[in-house]
Amino acid sequence: MNSSIRRWFSRFRFWQFVVLVAVLLAFTVILVFPLFSLFSKAFLNNAGEFAGFDNYSKYFSTPSLSASIKNTLDIALWSTLFSGVLGFLYAFALARTRIRWKTFFKYTAMIPIFIPTVVHALGLVYMFGRQGVLTRAGLFPFELYGRLGIIISEAIFTFPQAFLMFFVALEFADGRLYEAADSMGASPLEKLTRITLPEIKYTIINAFFVCFTLAFTDFGAPKVIGGSFNVLATDIYKQVAGQFNFNMGAVVGTLLLIPALASFTVDRLVSSKNSGTISAKATKLMIAKSIKRDAFFFCLCSLVTAFFLFLIAMLFVGGLSEHYPYNLSLTLKNFLFNRSAGGVDSYFNSLKMAFLSAAFGTAFVFVYAYMMEKINGFGALRKYGKLLSVLPLALPGMVIGISFIFFFNDRGNPLNFIYGTIAILVVSNILHYFSVPFFTASGCLKKLDKEYESVASSMNVPQWKTFLRVSVPLSLPAILEIFMYLFVNAMVTVSAVVFLYNAKFKIAAVAIIHMEEAGNFGQAAAMSLLILAINVLVRILYEAAIKIIKEKRL
Amino acid sequence: MKKNIVIFIAVLMIATVAVFVASCSGTTSPTVENGGSETESRAAEANETEGVASGEITVYTALEDEQVEEYLEVFNAKHPGIKVNIYRESTGVVTAKLLAEKSNPVADVVWGTAASSLLVLDDQNMLEPYAPEGVGNILAQFKSSKPVPTWVGIDVWETAFTINTVELEKLGLAVSDISSYEDLLRPELKGHVVMSNPSSSGTGLLTVTGLLQLKGKGTGTGWDFLTQLHENIDQYVHSGSKPAKMAGAGECVIGVSFGYAGIKQVRDGNPVVVVFPSEGSGWDLEANALLKKDSIDPAAKVFLDWAISDEAMNLYKANYPILANGKGGKYDGFSSDPVDQLIDNDLVWVASNRESVLYDWTEKFDGKSAPQK
Repeated sequence: MNSSIRRWFSRFRFWQFVVLVAVLLAFTVILVFPLFSLFSKAFLNNAGEFAGFDNYSKYFSTPSLSASIKNTLDIALWSTLFSGVLGFLYAFALARTRIRWKTFFKYTAMIPIFIPTVVHALGLVYMFGRQGVLTRAGLFPFELYGRLGIIISEAIFTFPQAFLMFFVALEFADGRLYEAADSMGASPLEKLTRITLPEIKYTIINAFFVCFTLAFTDFGAPKVIGGSFNVLATDIYKQVAGQFNFNMGAVVGTLLLIPALASFTVDRLVSSKNSGTISAKATKLMIAKSIKRDAFFFCLCSLVTAFFLFLIAMLFVGGLSEHYPYNLSLTLKNFLFNRSAGGVDSYFNSLKMAFLSAAFGTAFVFVYAYMMEKINGFGALRKYGKLLSVLPLALPGMVIGISFIFFFNDRGNPLNFIYGTIAILVVSNILHYFSVPFFTASGCLKKLDKEYESVASSMNVPQWKTFLRVSVPLSLPAILEIFMYLFVNAMVTVSAVVFLYNAKFKIAAVAIIHMEEAGNFGQAAAMSLLILAINVLVRILYEAAIKIIKEKRL
Repeated sequence: MKKNIVIFIAVLMIATVAVFVASCSGTTSPTVENGGSETESRAAEANETEGVASGEITVYTALEDEQVEEYLEVFNAKHPGIKVNIYRESTGVVTAKLLAEKSNPVADVVWGTAASSLLVLDDQNMLEPYAPEGVGNILAQFKSSKPVPTWVGIDVWETAFTINTVELEKLGLAVSDISSYEDLLRPELKGHVVMSNPSSSGTGLLTVTGLLQLKGKGTGTGWDFLTQLHENIDQYVHSGSKPAKMAGAGECVIGVSFGYAGIKQVRDGNPVVVVFPSEGSGWDLEANALLKKDSIDPAAKVFLDWAISDEAMNLYKANYPILANGKGGKYDGFSSDPVDQLIDNDLVWVASNRESVLYDWTEKFDGKSAPQK
């Protein structure tokens, strides 16, 4: 009897082990192996011989190059500060005040990730460039090209991420704490610093690292409006696409990993102290009436929203007018895309790619997060898995693109057959956008009581049943969130897939770059509108699903 | 109560699947590929005697989208049996992809991509020597110097200034004031000139190496000039055509870019003029090459033959008047013969000094040039 229970148990453990190893192996193959094939070149000289740290000392000894490190830190810190503070306030407005139009504000906050980043840059030039409408009106006269331009566009780019993380964290609150504070006569500021901020400190740290790392490694903004302000990401571009020096490119690529590794270390230190779960006794937070507070937050949300809407207004003007800016009569001809850039087929290709990336990616991310959070033991393997999970955040798309070519195009690689197919695009998207959904999934799973698993295993219920019947249904909002995140990003991404798409399978976001490069602004705007439309649609479906789920739960 | 959730998810899934199916049916419509359409098969009958070759090849190119479309229509009319799959990206991306694919090349042909890039590929022994039909018509300085050439030029692109006339007048200058590199040093232009960064853009590189050669290789005069020019530079950007586009949009006054990029701004109706510096222009070639592979598709050679034929050259001429066969034309509205504009460019010197030039340039101007205003 006793031994049969032990047999049952060990069978669970065996399958846990198999699944854990399987997901780690899969991730190792798509992350570690390709990266190794590129980053190992950091230690080779031009003749391909081992050169130790020569490339590094060469890189650091060039003053103009190592200045990039300082610049990158500078813009990443400032933009993180902006997007973090704004993201927090915006999320606070939606979660903890009684302002109107919350749903509307929630949609508009996501605008920056609904459109390709090149469109942000165009929007900024249109507003603040030398001929920008605001510049000409004498408002906000500042030098867009360079440091400030990068900081602004990175802040825009990272704002939705910060907002989402803070919103999820602020939505959960224990009303009892605030009631107690009120009865003791605590001021709003005291409640903020003594209750709210400590409660979400883990989110603050996470949001800081996500925004910081994204800004640290982003190449789009520095390329378009960075002027001569050098950052590490433009250095990589110069080395790889300007001078075809993969060895030096690899050197810079390894440096870009530093923030991710730092965040992993901090995460280890913090999460051991982090209790995380919401007590079952928590009551719903009643938001007190306060006209002053609501007025302030309403103005803040309106300002941010107005800014974002302005950013996409030009898409409508440009995409629907005859020849912007000379002839603004209404037309739909911009939607008849040129064939060479892939035409309208590129849009359907993108939909297909984004759907597959989101479907497979969501399953993979969720199972991966489950294996990290919900099984006991296998400490070393799980640590390895957690380390891997933060790395993709720090990889510029170009690094993923080039390293995938090196690895998957190799004749000796049994996976060579996926090279040049839609599969490699899907895999690269899942890898590229793995980290943020992983944080979402593990954050959500952390909140689920571990009791479910222990009860289930004591009752001899296989863990996959607990997984399907308890964890998945309880995590549905997070799962949908992940699906949406992967879909939206796969629709707009360029930097990695530009190296991997096939001559027969063109994609919309790349087509936008081509149209813009060819000076065909009308078509670029029209294509961006189509992408925006599908992304908004997916978001609407998501919100509706969440609403239904919530109504059923309460 | 869970039922509704399930139903909702099902609807969501069906919606996405519908989109997915629509996308699949979308790709079957015969619009994107270049082979097999009705008009082409009719053309096939007309050309029965010529277009006998067949096959499917992959061509990497840095030519403009619209040009590719226009050129390929003509090619397909002649060779309907050959299906050409095009991967088109900027020169840097195309070259980086080709180099990364070195161990197992995917492309059959490189078409219309910087000769300076093809020299790098050639150095790495990635190009298959092939003398396309009619290669004798190509001038010696516009093709690889090997006995059987590894690459063959088709046309030339050269340094040119794109000047926004409206913005220039605001500075109190007239277009006639700007005719040479020296004129770019005028104090009125401080902070109004945009140029490509040579370490990320081929156009930037040919401009800098062109200037260094004009002022005398290794004399230091070239570097002195660049230092003075640096005073007037607003920013160095990471693309060859961007300075021209910025001038077109009024984001800068003078964009140091290449001829075609400026001409395009003129054609698009922007208030700009294109000026070729009187001292002469640095230049590079758009060139073709055959990739070294285990088995070389004969269709690739047919394509390369066509790509330097008179028919193709006439197409190139509309956009790039300086042709590698020396039978060029003129830019609309420009009286001077563009060939006289080219400096005596020593491509071998450029290739062998590329690294040190870029190192020095980066050291002197890059990274120290963050706008401080």
